[in-house]
Amino acid sequence: MIKGRAGQWEAVIGLEVHAQVISKAKLFSGAATDFGAEPNIQVSPIDAAFPGMLPVINRHCVEQAVKTGLGLDAEINLHSVFERKNYFYPDLPAGYQISQYQQPVVGHGRISLDMPDGTVREIGITRLHLEQDAGKSLHDQHPSLTYVDLNRAGVALMEIVSEPDLRSAEEAGIYLRKLRSILRYLGTCDGNMEEGSLRCDCNVSVRRLGEPLGTRCEIKNVNSIRYVMQAIEYEARRQIEIIEEGGRVEQQTRLFDAARGITRPMRSKEEAHDYRYFPDPDLLPLVLDPDWVKRLRAELPELPDAKKARFVSEYGLSADDADVLVAEKEIALFFERVAQGRSAKVAANWIMGELFGTLNRLGIGIEQSPVSAQQLGALIDLIAEGTISGRLAKDVFAEMVASAADPAAIVEAKGLRQVTDSSAIEAAIDTVLAVQAEKVAEYRAGRDKLYGFFVGQIMRATQGKAEPTLVNLLLKKKLAG
Amino acid sequence: MSDGSLLALNLAEARDGLARKVFSARELAAAYNDAIAGAKPLNAYITPTPERALEMADAADQRLTRGEALPLDGIPVAVKDLFCTKDILTTAGSHILDGFHPPYESTVTDKLWRAGAVMLGKTNLDEFAMGSSSTTSWYGPVENPWRRHPEPQMGDNRPLVPGGSSGGSAAAVAARAALAAIGTDTGGSIRQPASFCGIVGLKPTYGRCSRWGVVAFASSLDHPGPMGRTVLDVAIILGVMAGHDVKDSTSAPMPVPDFAAALSGDIRRLRIGIPKEYRVDGMPDEIEALWRQGVEWLQAAGAEPVEISLPMTKYALATYYIIAPAEASSNLARYDGVRFGLRVDGDSLDEMYVLTRAAGFGAEVRRRVLIGTYVLSAGYYDAYYLKAQRVRTLIARDFAKAFERVDCILTPTAPSAAFIIGENTDDPITMYLNDVFTVPANLAGLPAISVPAGLSGDGLPLGLQITGRAFDEETVLRVAQILENAASFRHLPSFIAGGGG
Repeated sequence: MIKGRAGQWEAVIGLEVHAQVISKAKLFSGAATDFGAEPNIQVSPIDAAFPGMLPVINRHCVEQAVKTGLGLDAEINLHSVFERKNYFYPDLPAGYQISQYQQPVVGHGRISLDMPDGTVREIGITRLHLEQDAGKSLHDQHPSLTYVDLNRAGVALMEIVSEPDLRSAEEAGIYLRKLRSILRYLGTCDGNMEEGSLRCDCNVSVRRLGEPLGTRCEIKNVNSIRYVMQAIEYEARRQIEIIEEGGRVEQQTRLFDAARGITRPMRSKEEAHDYRYFPDPDLLPLVLDPDWVKRLRAELPELPDAKKARFVSEYGLSADDADVLVAEKEIALFFERVAQGRSAKVAANWIMGELFGTLNRLGIGIEQSPVSAQQLGALIDLIAEGTISGRLAKDVFAEMVASAADPAAIVEAKGLRQVTDSSAIEAAIDTVLAVQAEKVAEYRAGRDKLYGFFVGQIMRATQGKAEPTLVNLLLKKKLAG
Repeated sequence: MSDGSLLALNLAEARDGLARKVFSARELAAAYNDAIAGAKPLNAYITPTPERALEMADAADQRLTRGEALPLDGIPVAVKDLFCTKDILTTAGSHILDGFHPPYESTVTDKLWRAGAVMLGKTNLDEFAMGSSSTTSWYGPVENPWRRHPEPQMGDNRPLVPGGSSGGSAAAVAARAALAAIGTDTGGSIRQPASFCGIVGLKPTYGRCSRWGVVAFASSLDHPGPMGRTVLDVAIILGVMAGHDVKDSTSAPMPVPDFAAALSGDIRRLRIGIPKEYRVDGMPDEIEALWRQGVEWLQAAGAEPVEISLPMTKYALATYYIIAPAEASSNLARYDGVRFGLRVDGDSLDEMYVLTRAAGFGAEVRRRVLIGTYVLSAGYYDAYYLKAQRVRTLIARDFAKAFERVDCILTPTAPSAAFIIGENTDDPITMYLNDVFTVPANLAGLPAISVPAGLSGDGLPLGLQITGRAFDEETVLRVAQILENAASFRHLPSFIAGGGG
């Protein structure tokens, strides 16, 4: 809900996400799809729309789209049709984009969002269709000319369209993160927004609570989750302001200006293209074998929602902890490796605490973690066995990050093994109490607070290695005695 | 053998001569190179490739000497300049493809060369294969080697069109400036010129021959096919051109039969459909008479004529002239001056597009791009394109129903003989009417052949058309050969390379 000058408003948001399919070859040609290649080297005559060239559908890309559809709990259309979307632009070599229009490969589906207040929101998916990406126009290479790079032309995209079920920028952000997580679990899109493999068009309108839908504006091609949230926030407020001032929202396509954090008009409804869609006569309808779809469904990996439920039931984690751990497939995998045969709660705490802190500091993902799951598990085992104290374990962890060494080796090399020998501890206590005779007297006179001071001194004397329970037991006896 | 007698051989005869070493592939190619040079006034070729022809002929000769002859070894073939040929100028008859040398070879021509055929050159055509006269090419009109009167003083003897759009291929074969040729047929572009030039032209089933590497006009209607002197000749070439191609999603994964072997000469008890709707206003009596003659010939060979009805035929032309331009408007969007061919610079991107396409496309292409853009536009799509697609389905259903009762269908190929160059050009509708009998087979994707069957009153060839079931080229060819034999068409055009003999 957004507070306007006069009353409460609600934003109504639908997102169209363009997700680049993970595939070695393009949607209709065998050309490669690697990111960051030299311009125009991953281009076949088909991608460049040379005369007489014909598209042939890449089976793997269809499989990826169907898998994604299944992951979104969506209907799979066994019969779908590729159409041509016609418009002129230099980075669109054929003068049309091959896309799906009236009959997409995937129909209605849904995504569940875990809201911060603990509730679950279900967002409808309208459709998912396959289409080709365009090339890239480079306007900054020459003062008066535009250069065209066709490496991206023909790369397979999945356009995933949501129902207008989202109600705030925050929800849109949660939706995108969840969608990205599902795509990554499925291995159908790497979700890498910096490389443009996930791009988002946002349809935004506003209405007073309970009123019918307002006029929407579409914000094109926003390329980060943060920008999507900013753009929606700005756009909703802009529209509310217009209406509250007695104006009318004009249906428009807008662009997000990230530098200024605003949206600005790109073209109005009147200037909208007439894309003259019609079925591509070079391609037969896409017909899927129901058994093949069944097989893909059976082979689907465990997805975030199911994994979360399992983490709660199987490992006894809290819903919040499970949320964090399932957000990325690699984190969940790391967690399960660490938790194997150990306390899941302890494993979760180490991962979400020390490990995440370290990864954040180093700015890397869990795949590049300097501490492996097996090493972290070994460290936890050393604590559980009483070989090291929990406090020293953090130092050992820091050393593991720095040197990539195994925890046991670090403990041995640095002599960090916990002292559990009561005579050695007793000796340390005796020394401390002797040196601090004055404070012992004060303590015995009733200054209970000094107890902690003695513990600290003893731990320092033993370089933190003294087993804390034993220290307590013996210290209390000595002080009493 | 003299050039003249070499050029008089048909494909099957030439193949025998080569096999028996009566002459070499080089001699044959050289004779055709000379014939092409001599036939220059017809403007049948845009790009002759004489050196290439000799090279390929030499390679064929080596194989022939080693006894490793390929199916078409040493056979000189002309290629409609709509097929992309690697490193050889490919124009589609359009200014907009100026200087375009494809870095690839079309599947069909590749199959020909791999079968040992010798490339004579690229033949002229209507720009982007849009036309029925071969007069809209940027490289000038093609002239039909036939004239109305052999003697100039005997009346109106102005040059005639060869039909179109594969008019260059048809004229070259008729004038003996090619032993055989390949063309494409989108609405009659192989069969109508075959009829106008007195040769045989076959449009195979849609999907029989790959479209990969063929400059697209209307993808769902474009059919590559052979053109030759005899039914056997086209059967032989078809056997090489045909076959599934994974690079063309619309190509059919069907086995390729031995088409030549299908020419058994036996059509007894075959039922021949005679559609009552194929009588159009203003069609000359002589064509009607020839059609009746055709029925009698087939009957005499033991076939049974059956009157059938193809009631949707009357909508075929209108349907075609919506679907074909719609697809063309999209297929031709790639000619934008950005990557290949002609570019006329402008002060803005839009201006470059406008100047390039205005300069690069001729009037007929522009007309069809405009029509096609219109019928696909928001608000008109349902009324035109979608309705046309529905009618197309009904036309196909008409044929399917007819083929429950008959094995093939006999009709005239075209409603007239060749007309004078320049006629019909002010009136696109009259021009479009040329395709009235040929278009239905394109809409339904069925195989159809034109066979020269007689002469008009003023001495011009007229063809009869046999249409068959999908992928039943064998019956089509078998029946066509009966017509060919019965008609025993031995007439020659006024212009013959090598002077006849």
